[in-house]
Amino acid sequence: MALRPEHEIHGRRKGLNIGVGLMLGAFVLLIMLLTFTKITSPEFAVPASQSNGVGELLSTEGSD
Amino acid sequence: MTDATTTHRFEDEPQLGDYYALMKPRVMQLVVFTAVVGMLAAPVSVNPVVGFASILFLAIGAGASGALNMWWDADIDAVMKRTSKRPIPAGKVTPQAAMYLGAALSGLSVMMLSLSANLLAGFMLAFTIFFYVVPYSMWLKRSTPQNIVIGGAAGAFPPVIGWIIATGQIAVLEPWLMFALIFMWTPPHFWALALFMRNDYDDAKVPMLTVTHGRRATRNHILGYTVLLVVLAVGTAFTAIGGWIYLAVALVLNALFLKGAYDIWQRDEEMSEADNFATERKFFRLSLWYLFAHFGAILLEAALKPVGLGGW
Repeated sequence: MALRPEHEIHGRRKGLNIGVGLMLGAFVLLIMLLTFTKITSPEFAVPASQSNGVGELLSTEGSD
Repeated sequence: MTDATTTHRFEDEPQLGDYYALMKPRVMQLVVFTAVVGMLAAPVSVNPVVGFASILFLAIGAGASGALNMWWDADIDAVMKRTSKRPIPAGKVTPQAAMYLGAALSGLSVMMLSLSANLLAGFMLAFTIFFYVVPYSMWLKRSTPQNIVIGGAAGAFPPVIGWIIATGQIAVLEPWLMFALIFMWTPPHFWALALFMRNDYDDAKVPMLTVTHGRRATRNHILGYTVLLVVLAVGTAFTAIGGWIYLAVALVLNALFLKGAYDIWQRDEEMSEADNFATERKFFRLSLWYLFAHFGAILLEAALKPVGLGGW
């Protein structure tokens, strides 16, 4: 008797959770596709500050 | 706690569809359609992935503003027959949940549109959401009979944003002509609705023109705005987004629309009551087709340009 309502609410929440999960998955896929599209576009240019590679030292001379 | 109350609470548990309804799907459809037209009518082509993502984020932003509007207007929605089944008055979603959803999706949509298209598009979306929620929903809707006129601007921004997604430009005539089409169309569209849904606005104490200035004044206003709209809509045919197809569509629909507004103007309450506002209802239905056909014609002109058929 007590289990039946619990099953019902779990079922309802499961539907909502699956829906939200699918939307988040689709969002991630869209961001990936968008990023790929942008960086492969001919208009894409690496910012000048990173043209030598991200994290690469611009000067090899030591400071000491 | 009895079984009956327990079952009732389970039934009130919000589903995905309730949150979707909170985003005003029919308004989102109009936003998507007009924004797509604005984007495709622009003289710059957009990468399909970028275009799809940008329109999606714009639609999410429109939905977010709808959720915020429903949060703010929950009290009057509960009173009006037309809106009493919305998720908050129906008890499916709490006002707080609607506010959180609206605020979160507003931020997400503006940020994502700025990244997928450009900063100007993101800024315009942020401004549109703000305009719909604060000046329209919070200030004007309950304080002035011009609520629909000024608030109509919020619904008119999507084609401008669509154009900005494609071009990054705002200081051009064409997107503002599309803006003006929706802006001038909104008052006659809503005032016709207010004529045959009159008790709703009376009960909710929303100062629609029908309530503050009377129904005769509303009929006069419908005709006045329709005349201005006709001039604008037909005039648009001779700009860069117009052409022969648009002109033909505009001439037919504007003749019908003007006739509808004239018929409404000629009638009084006795005549309207006698046929249950048949002319007003017909005008309202025509107004939906009117906007769809004008933007459809602009889209067709843009689609035919590459093969040398669209435009002048």
